[in-house]
Amino acid sequence: MSLIACHECDLLQQRISLPAKSKAQCGRCGAVLYRNIPNSIDRTVALSIAGLVLFICANVFPFLAFEVSGQSVQATLLSGAVALYKQGMWEVAGLVIFTCVAAPLAQILLMLYIFVPLKFNRLPYATAKAFRLLREMQNWNMIEVFMVGILVALVKLTKMAVIVPGLAMWSFMGLIIVLTAGASAIDPELVWNRFGFKKEQPGND
Amino acid sequence: MTRLPGSIENVSAMQAGLVGCHSCDLLSKIKGNDHQMLQCPRCGASLHSRKTNSIARTWALVIAAFIFYVPAMVLPITNVSSLGVSQSDTIMSGVVLFIQTGSWEIALVIFVASIIVPMMKLFILVYLLISVQQKSDKRMRDRAKLYRLTEFVGRWSMVDIYVVTILIALVNLGVIADIDAGPAAFYFAAVVIVTIFAARMFDPRLIWDEMND
Ligand SMILES: [Zn+2]
Ligand SMILES: [Zn+2]
Repeated sequence: MSLIACHECDLLQQRISLPAKSKAQCGRCGAVLYRNIPNSIDRTVALSIAGLVLFICANVFPFLAFEVSGQSVQATLLSGAVALYKQGMWEVAGLVIFTCVAAPLAQILLMLYIFVPLKFNRLPYATAKAFRLLREMQNWNMIEVFMVGILVALVKLTKMAVIVPGLAMWSFMGLIIVLTAGASAIDPELVWNRFGFKKEQPGND
Repeated sequence: MTRLPGSIENVSAMQAGLVGCHSCDLLSKIKGNDHQMLQCPRCGASLHSRKTNSIARTWALVIAAFIFYVPAMVLPITNVSSLGVSQSDTIMSGVVLFIQTGSWEIALVIFVASIIVPMMKLFILVYLLISVQQKSDKRMRDRAKLYRLTEFVGRWSMVDIYVVTILIALVNLGVIADIDAGPAAFYFAAVVIVTIFAARMFDPRLIWDEMND
């Protein structure tokens, strides 16, 4: 039997083993403390490979085509940020690139970096730091908010011109689903239990 | 969903002389005084029983966010020039424009994301800070839920920034109009980022410390 402290209210509780596909909640404040995720590593690896393919499509192909008086104009995910940068708004441009391009890419690469070796029973170099960075990148990845921004912009522009959603738009929607599923496929316990400190945990004796 | 049985004596890790690792959940014994920097023996993360100076730092960030909020609302977020006529829109006048053109759903999305969410988040943090400073022992579960809400909704305030980015990308490439981002885009982005850090700086465990005393 081991103990766990709630990370939101610090209450000490006894860990119990969970049935598959369920999560343990703090008995006092209701925070989710840990989960039992079946096939966690396989699913994480599969979803991050799918995520990488979708990410490339979302950035290479135009996400919106804009037709006005016979002319067609295409925009990619990055061209908006570049336009902001050219107007002197480099801070805002940087924030858009960080939250919609850099953070999702880092999230995908870190998932591959940690979980591909883990699938072959190995721990990659600096796993703990990589895992903390992965958590951080998950917080800063805001592609689902960007998607809502695209929808709002569409409504605003359909009054002026014909807007055709491009291939990248569909890839982008896929990427949102895959990365959300990927984040919830990760079982941190699988990583930390390989560090071999379990026996020294207070309350374990 | 399984609710853990909890501890019978309602003892926090800190009272038991333990500290839980925020990264890997391993419990370690607190050695010496509380403020001593400790490292998690399993994953190497630095251990804190409570976040350092949480209340003062959160206050500072909340006040900074309120200050940035003023230019974000007053200054224009977009400057549109079309056929020699130019028009500046603030976040609020953009919302009004959407209502006038009949897109009230979009007006609602922008109004909630840009005005309701950041204000709600900041006032919740103010309430949490004051209630902790007054050592309130009431409605702890509700306050814990409010804190979780602030962490969840904050990111949605970015919507308007993204709308401006996409409009600039598309419209400037076309020929109908020119759109420039106004200074409010910068201040509004600052509000969003500063409030995200404010919510992180707040330590929700402080809410429950009164119960444990
Ligand atoms: Zn709790
Ligand atoms: Zn740790």
